[in-house]
Amino acid sequence: MTASVAGTSLSMAGALNRALADALEDDPSVLVFGEDVGPLGGVFRVTDGLAARFGETRVFDTPLAESGIVGTAIGMAMNGLRPVVEMQFDAFAYPAFEQITSHLAKLRNRTRGNVSLPVVIRVPYGGGIGGVEHHCDSSEAYYTHTPGLTVVTPGTPDDAYRLLRDSIASPDPVIFLEPKRRYWTRGELSDVAVPMDRALVRRTGSDVTLIAYGPMVATALETAAAAVEEGWDVEVVDLRTLSPFDDETVGASVRKTGRAVVVHEASGFGGYGAEVVARVTERCFHHLHAPVLRVTGFDIPYPPPKLEEHHLPSVDRILDAVARLQWDDEVVRGYGA
Amino acid sequence: MVATRERSLLPTEEPLSLLRKDGAPVTDSPLAMPDDEVLLELHRRMVIGRRFDTQATALTKQGRLAVYPSSRGQEACEVGSVLALRTEDWLFPTYRDSVALVTRGVDPGETLTLLQGGWHLGYDPYQHRVGPQCTPLATNTLHAVGFAHAARVKGEDTAALVLLGDGATSEGDTHEALNYAGVWHAPVVFLVQNNGYAISVPLSKQTAAPTLAAKGVGYGVPSVLVDGNDVAAVYAVVREALESGGPTLIEALTYRIEAHTNADDATRYRTSDEVAAWLDRDPVDRIEAHLTARGLLGPARKAEIAAEAEDFAASVRAKLNVDHEYDPATLFEHVYATPTTHLREQAAALAEELA
Repeated sequence: MTASVAGTSLSMAGALNRALADALEDDPSVLVFGEDVGPLGGVFRVTDGLAARFGETRVFDTPLAESGIVGTAIGMAMNGLRPVVEMQFDAFAYPAFEQITSHLAKLRNRTRGNVSLPVVIRVPYGGGIGGVEHHCDSSEAYYTHTPGLTVVTPGTPDDAYRLLRDSIASPDPVIFLEPKRRYWTRGELSDVAVPMDRALVRRTGSDVTLIAYGPMVATALETAAAAVEEGWDVEVVDLRTLSPFDDETVGASVRKTGRAVVVHEASGFGGYGAEVVARVTERCFHHLHAPVLRVTGFDIPYPPPKLEEHHLPSVDRILDAVARLQWDDEVVRGYGA
Repeated sequence: MVATRERSLLPTEEPLSLLRKDGAPVTDSPLAMPDDEVLLELHRRMVIGRRFDTQATALTKQGRLAVYPSSRGQEACEVGSVLALRTEDWLFPTYRDSVALVTRGVDPGETLTLLQGGWHLGYDPYQHRVGPQCTPLATNTLHAVGFAHAARVKGEDTAALVLLGDGATSEGDTHEALNYAGVWHAPVVFLVQNNGYAISVPLSKQTAAPTLAAKGVGYGVPSVLVDGNDVAAVYAVVREALESGGPTLIEALTYRIEAHTNADDATRYRTSDEVAAWLDRDPVDRIEAHLTARGLLGPARKAEIAAEAEDFAASVRAKLNVDHEYDPATLFEHVYATPTTHLREQAAALAEELA
């Protein structure tokens, strides 16, 4: 086994790189491939140095064809390998959608467990980096709506390392969504083992729960810090794994605080947050003092870079939502309560 | 046994063949004729395969199968390609390849589970080295390339045979798979059964290419055009391709005698004259005529095979006529390796509803 990473300070991209390197080191059946992941090291340098260290049989560039990347990964996994593939950007994963939804997600079920597909699909996702169109989508709901997939997204470098290692070790296919705007955030890795399917309370508070994931974990924590001035004690739950959903951790938090706001970058309508709100409402209704609100991107195609700041959930917008949570027990206009 | 020809990126203009329509051997074929025992086995399996196919179609009329896509008329491809597989090779079939599956040794009941509607797949792919029957067209081509590439990475001498139709060659995955196979030099044989129609759409509306085999050159994949109703030739070119160590695109010219499925009406898009012309090129009759003319097949063996085919059909009926009990609890199994809390709750809710 590779040495412990505890105490190492790394960017999220660095932590992911370390996780890939350690997985390649520990398990000869692990392969890393995709577009530009070889000698270049990926457009975000997440695979930097891996081809040189492990050779181009195990870390290699593919033709520029995403359905091909996932379709061949399925065949390789059927033949005993553990492919970890990269989709270069969120929106560039769509050509692979059929292979993901019709085959990768279903083959265990179709074959009654005879075929196991331990494939990890890494997808840099989300906005906030000034990217032009098709480079900033938050595509999580497409995947969480597909039974059979595990959908994971880290919010910190520590989780980036741990969750990627766990995802590679998982017997199930994993969509691993990497919040690209947080690639350069540094943090210390720990040796605390939290099961990948558990959410984590990142900050404890007594008044309201912010439910966030991926790129919005940092924003939620910033909001919690700013809320202190307003007199609110905010709890932040980082979902980590979007599917399967950790009802226990989320429910415990909301039952404690009685108020909740779900935050994500993706458009709200039919989005992942709607599922979270429904689950929280169904399970915690009698503990709620206010409707569970969402702060999400607008229901528009992802904006051009000069306008994206208006689309992305901000600390102010989240604080505004918190302010609407019926603190004086009056009906808030516009929410149909 | 099979002569090694020079592999060319471009197919021949005329399809390669070993047997003429009347069963007489082609004298100047570049292909080597399979051994007599192989020819006899090809014939036997084709007769059994055809009987299986007619039995399955009959079972749709009795409501025992939800649907059945017949491969009648394509037995030379279904049987010739599968018998060309070496033990360690893998087959990646589609929904129209039930005859290929039973030829590979998959239990006929398990072969028909998908079409019978009891489950989405009836067999364990690892038991007979047969990938899952693939319904979304051409997606299995990429699975075959990945599988074969993995075998090479692991140092195993395993090739993959993927079956697809003329319609599937228009799908993006076919192009990606040929391209990947070319770049990786993966040991994959793409056998395109060009049966003339994608449900109702004729090949002329599918492609402007001179032949489907001609597409291989664009990917650096050696290509072969073969008479798909000549089982000796199909066997020879597939075996040659499997042993080549690299990718091959084979287009086999054949014809779907039946409609797309029992639910389709082929008279809406093709003439009976056209069907009659192809019935005259029947692949089973051809090998039978060849073996008979050479004195290898007499009335006794024919009767023996016919009886065996009837027994097989009876076993198919017996398997399909069983009224199974379906346990709703199985719906929640194998969605994930370990059942999730969420699915355990839904399973309990359904159980309560049914209690």
